[in-house]
Amino acid sequence: MNFNHKYFFLFPGLFVLIGILIFPIIFVVRLSLSGWNSYNPGLDYIGLENYIRLFTDDPRFWESFFRLSFLSVTTVILQYVIGFALAHMVWKDIKFKRFFRVLFLVPMMTTPVIMTVIWRTFFHESLGPVNDILSVFGVAPKWLTDPVIAKFTVIIVEVWQWTPFMFLLLLAGLLSLPKEPFLAAAIDGASPVRKFIYVTFPLMAPISIGAIIIRLIEASKIMDTVYVLTSGGPGTSTETSSFYIFIKGLREFQMGYAASMSFTYLIIMIISLTIIAKVLTKVLLKE
Amino acid sequence: MKTCLTAIISSLMIFSPMAYADKWSDQFPHIKATGDIPGDCSYEKMSKKNYKGKTLKINTHAIPVMGEPTALHAEQFEKLTGAKVEVTHTPAGDLYSKAMVPFQAGQAPYDVVFGFSNFINDWKRYLAPVPKKYMNSPEMKDVTKSHMGVSSWDGTMYQYPVDGDRHYLKYRKDVIDNPEMQKKYKADTGKELKVPTTWKEYGEMAKYFNGWDWDGDGEKEYGSAEVMKKDDLMFAAFFSRSVAYAKNPRTPGGFFFDLETMKPNINNPGFVEALTDWVEATKYVPPGGTNFGLGDEIGSFGGGQTLFSFSWDDAFIAAMQDDSPIKNKVGAAPLPGANKVWNRVSNSWENQYNQAPYIVWGWAVGVAKKSKVKDMAFDYLCFFSNGANHQADLAIGRFGVNPFKNSDFDPNIYINSMGWDPEIANSYTKTLLDMEKSNNRVFPLRVPGVFEFTSAVATGTSKALAGQLSPQEALDEVAKEWEAIVSRVGKKAVQDAYAVGVKMEDNKL
Repeated sequence: MNFNHKYFFLFPGLFVLIGILIFPIIFVVRLSLSGWNSYNPGLDYIGLENYIRLFTDDPRFWESFFRLSFLSVTTVILQYVIGFALAHMVWKDIKFKRFFRVLFLVPMMTTPVIMTVIWRTFFHESLGPVNDILSVFGVAPKWLTDPVIAKFTVIIVEVWQWTPFMFLLLLAGLLSLPKEPFLAAAIDGASPVRKFIYVTFPLMAPISIGAIIIRLIEASKIMDTVYVLTSGGPGTSTETSSFYIFIKGLREFQMGYAASMSFTYLIIMIISLTIIAKVLTKVLLKE
Repeated sequence: MKTCLTAIISSLMIFSPMAYADKWSDQFPHIKATGDIPGDCSYEKMSKKNYKGKTLKINTHAIPVMGEPTALHAEQFEKLTGAKVEVTHTPAGDLYSKAMVPFQAGQAPYDVVFGFSNFINDWKRYLAPVPKKYMNSPEMKDVTKSHMGVSSWDGTMYQYPVDGDRHYLKYRKDVIDNPEMQKKYKADTGKELKVPTTWKEYGEMAKYFNGWDWDGDGEKEYGSAEVMKKDDLMFAAFFSRSVAYAKNPRTPGGFFFDLETMKPNINNPGFVEALTDWVEATKYVPPGGTNFGLGDEIGSFGGGQTLFSFSWDDAFIAAMQDDSPIKNKVGAAPLPGANKVWNRVSNSWENQYNQAPYIVWGWAVGVAKKSKVKDMAFDYLCFFSNGANHQADLAIGRFGVNPFKNSDFDPNIYINSMGWDPEIANSYTKTLLDMEKSNNRVFPLRVPGVFEFTSAVATGTSKALAGQLSPQEALDEVAKEWEAIVSRVGKKAVQDAYAVGVKMEDNKL
């Protein structure tokens, strides 16, 4: 029997795959080997010049990468802890459970850029309400102008915006857990803490790994929050890799160089997220 | 007799706005102060055009600065001509790329693109030159010589003049001219309180008036509001502070670079001194002031929060609007100077007073070469800046439209239609006019890849303001980056383009 016609049915999917996934990546690689910029538009060929510049003469890229690592790991850990706590809370039979489930999802449903503008207004050091309230206690943190505090301001906004996503995944996980282990623990007289440590948490491990990895991928692209809140400042203290690539590509119009940074960043992310997934699997699933 | 005279004057005052009223100002209240002003692109003339069925696409800045007048005049243009006008608003930092990406891809999704006048070198190959009929119009003949030069390249005008920008000093006149404050300042510091003529004086006064309620409104006021937010035009604020120390009229041949060698001057002691002053300024800005963009600066000074400010007209106009708490309490003066200026030829300081205006140019707008509705696009731009619209726009600080026509320097415009105090109107127009006449002006860079240069300055200076680097280290980093950019772009390309600006600075054009 001839099954060659099956390939005909694969074509539509294959075209979509090539069009939206393969082609952009190939184009970025080609662009990264060109010197495309504002005064020299076009795909000329300059070999590995951009990559050599990136690895030998651009400490700012690497600084922004390490800053990004700090910001994304910190925000994802906080989102996981808070998201798990909230999910655990509404998993139980509490009053207004449905109301809280919807309420906790609201931040995620808002537009990040708009919300960041509102947060920037809150944190405005002379006109914002946050310092107005804190001034009662004689405190006035420099939310956006101190290089250290500004990082935490970015973290606060990111955690507020994206904890609901973690909450949603973890709540779905909790609702899908089998009842038997919990019944057994109850019969054995396990306290709520022991039940959480020895039953809930291990059972949630596979879902937790998935949720953490998904959020890490998203968090490693922190851009809109930084763009609106601090523009990467003060100095370069909140500049992340994606924001730096944005500046080089779309502000300075060094398209070729920005493409080389994007591709390098992609490779680094694939490697590091694979390692993180392996480590998490080993630690949480004890494989 | 006296009663009769009073009655006549009162009647004139009451009915004077009506004297301007015409059918157009009834329909378009924006021009109620002047009514329609005859001209090639007046309301009357535009109403005779028929662009029904045609669509004009415009990319402009976010509301309010320039974005609001663009949208307002688009709406008026639609009503008058029957055209459909689609306006897209874009943040300042993205105006360049929003036009450049389609330009480079050979497309024209926007017929009209707004940007800054220093984009001209990168944009000119994608823009249509302004047609002769507009060049010869009376409105265009009224544009100042320097702004004609700003909008043109090699004698061809690519950007339609809609705005004219310069940096100058704005101060609280009710404080600086207040005899009680002068006495108090003298007693506390041993110095005279007066309009600062050097950046050191500016710093001393700003520091003294920082963090206490000096205008008795129950709230603390501060020394200075400045554009310090990274990448938000902060490079222009830095150059405003640098010109006093680094623009030496006795060393022609380049402010930013040595034109002959194309070696950057950006890290010479003149610029370093300016950055050192600026780092010091972080101590006398309002809380959060180091994250102030242009909008924050306008709101801060215009809202009466600070003693000084020194960027574009907008903060001054905002302060002089009817709804401002400090209307007729502010003054305009040239940018402060310095008691020493760097001589880059002899590599030494010259201990003599120096002051240099910084002509920041400002908003510019062009019509895409590939646009299919070029006639309509130029008509829109001509209508945008017609006499009536221009005078009405000038009165609204948040619009960001500033004087660029010779007729704009008549103080009576501001006294009669905007209610300014005559002394303030005179000092304002004199300050602007003196800049036009100065022989020691600095113009912004107009070289290929200009954004790379200004972005490097923003990054370096913001690192110094944040305390990440010392002023010298920060500017050394900028100089190194500038050298790399020159090398990437090509020394000759940058040099040729820079030579045009240097000619203007050296008064050879």
